[in-house]
Amino acid sequence: MEELLQVKELRKTFTLSAKQQKIENTKEKVKVAVDGLSFTAYKGEVFGLLGPNGAGKTTTLRMLATLIKPDSGDAILDGASIVKEPEKVREKIGFLTSELKLEDFFTPNYQFDFFSGLYGVDPQVAAARKKEIFERFGIDRFAEVKVGNLSTGMKQKVSLVVSLVHDPDVVIFDEPTNGLDVLTAKVVTDFLLDLKSRGKTIIVSTHIFSLIEKICDRVGIVINGKMVECNTLKELCGDKSLEERFFEIYEERVGKIDE
Amino acid sequence: MNNIVTIIKKELARFFGDKRLVFTTVIMPGLLIFLMYSLMGEGMMKQLTTEEDYVAKGYAVNMPSELEPMMQGLNIDWETWDGKGEEKKDEILKAIADGEKDLLLYFPEGFMTEMAAYDLQTAKGAAPNVEIYYSSEKSNSYTTVSKLQNFFEAYEESMVNKYDVNAGMGEGTFGAYDQASETGILGKMLSGLLPMLIMTFIFSGCQGVAPESIAGEKERGTIATLLVTPVKRSALALGKVISLSVIALMAGVSSFLGTIFSLPKMMGNEVNFDAMTFGVSDYVLLLVVIVSTVLVMVSIISIISANAKSVKEATTMMAPFMIAVMLISILPMLGMDIGGKAAYLIPLFNSVKVMTGIFGFNTDLTMAMVTVGVNLVATGVLVTVLTKMFGSENVMFGK
Repeated sequence: MEELLQVKELRKTFTLSAKQQKIENTKEKVKVAVDGLSFTAYKGEVFGLLGPNGAGKTTTLRMLATLIKPDSGDAILDGASIVKEPEKVREKIGFLTSELKLEDFFTPNYQFDFFSGLYGVDPQVAAARKKEIFERFGIDRFAEVKVGNLSTGMKQKVSLVVSLVHDPDVVIFDEPTNGLDVLTAKVVTDFLLDLKSRGKTIIVSTHIFSLIEKICDRVGIVINGKMVECNTLKELCGDKSLEERFFEIYEERVGKIDE
Repeated sequence: MNNIVTIIKKELARFFGDKRLVFTTVIMPGLLIFLMYSLMGEGMMKQLTTEEDYVAKGYAVNMPSELEPMMQGLNIDWETWDGKGEEKKDEILKAIADGEKDLLLYFPEGFMTEMAAYDLQTAKGAAPNVEIYYSSEKSNSYTTVSKLQNFFEAYEESMVNKYDVNAGMGEGTFGAYDQASETGILGKMLSGLLPMLIMTFIFSGCQGVAPESIAGEKERGTIATLLVTPVKRSALALGKVISLSVIALMAGVSSFLGTIFSLPKMMGNEVNFDAMTFGVSDYVLLLVVIVSTVLVMVSIISIISANAKSVKEATTMMAPFMIAVMLISILPMLGMDIGGKAAYLIPLFNSVKVMTGIFGFNTDLTMAMVTVGVNLVATGVLVTVLTKMFGSENVMFGK
């Protein structure tokens, strides 16, 4: 299989303010969010990052999306370094996270055209893509309604569509179904499967076991900023469910959950 | 380049798509300034006209017959009172307080004789005291007493008159003593006032849009959506600065037009606006200087906004810059020329100096070009700083 993403020893620390130290209940001034994390994703596979809140999944994806820089380490995405060639990386990926918001003032129609322009998509190609994807997500019904007037589910659909205006080969989704109602979550999950069937490489972070089991080929378990397990679902779980296996690994590494 | 245009289009679409924002940022300032200054001017003119035509109603006690003819020009209808009886005095004072009468003028008995005999060097007691009772809360009473006080001061000066300076100087003496031209006087007035107003209008125009566009995008989380696209940080910075400058310029022009159209009414007859002899080249030069000024100001405010976590914080952080702009803008009004030619190398301050020259009908084309060049270089440096800030995760995502 062709390696599309090689993540090498990524490390990221954050300086904690006095207020953050109080919230985190620590005297340490520096928090290690990602601690030498490495993994490889192959072309056309869905790779899932699984871990509890604060494990470093989102920070890892933000580094891969070049929103933040690693303290050390690097990741090579389709030949481009996230450290040395961030603009090239941005051209190749579609990134979706709840952190990215759309201007409430504009309509989905305008947003799609605007971001197509920024990605340099040919207007005719963009128009055809917009028609197809808007119909698929039912956005055509509210294409001229300002984003500020849409429901959370509708907004999530528009954000997802906007992140894919340039039809990227690598899609990075952080908690793609978080906060969505069951119907919208199903639409998103089905769409991810559709992207997979079209040969796209998908990196997805979540703490929803069923989503990983449904769409991922391989999974990496992240705890305290470290990749503690990385394998195919079958190799990782054997006869057990992913949930059972995850808690086994968690307890081996961290201790009893109620401790 | 394409991305710069895309960013500019989006910023302008955001602005022009919001009719309320267009009205409050562009139309309302000019309209309000025009209405406010015009009404203030007309109000003042009306007040002056009323003062001139108004015949005040006063009581006089022991009015010397020598003074009566001299006081005729004051437009006061005198009613004589012998000054006897406290009840009558209270009645008069109540009438003054109620605005039915305007004043009570009280000369001591034998005022003219006492005054003639009084010698400051040899006198043992106080000088004869003329009492004027009035009400400062009634404008007619207050205005009339002011006129009366001026009369008495002039009369007192005439008693000891030893020499004059430029005797008879006043209206119609142009050219006799004062060598200024009408254009020069107009230029002095305009160059003191307009640079300050223009800088203020430009600042408020920039302040109205830049924090919302940059700190607002950070606050709402929409800047991250832009930063994850392949758009170059420099294109983002330049696109923002150019589009915000266009909007700020429109707001500034609106306020400027409001001021220009209301100035004749504001200044009344004090200034002859027919002496205004600006040519097309002056207007073009002024526009170029204003554009370069707007670019610098928008860039500075954008940097301040990029540093802030919210629009509110950006507005607070802008206070020192606002004070600096006000300070450099007010210098020509105070007649202060600081720094000579070297001052043209200081962005914004150089704009004030060039505008002072243009409005004073004393344009220095070379220095104007230097100013535009310096401002453009400063804009380039500031946009580079803004670019770096857009690329810094601490600035963009710091908690």
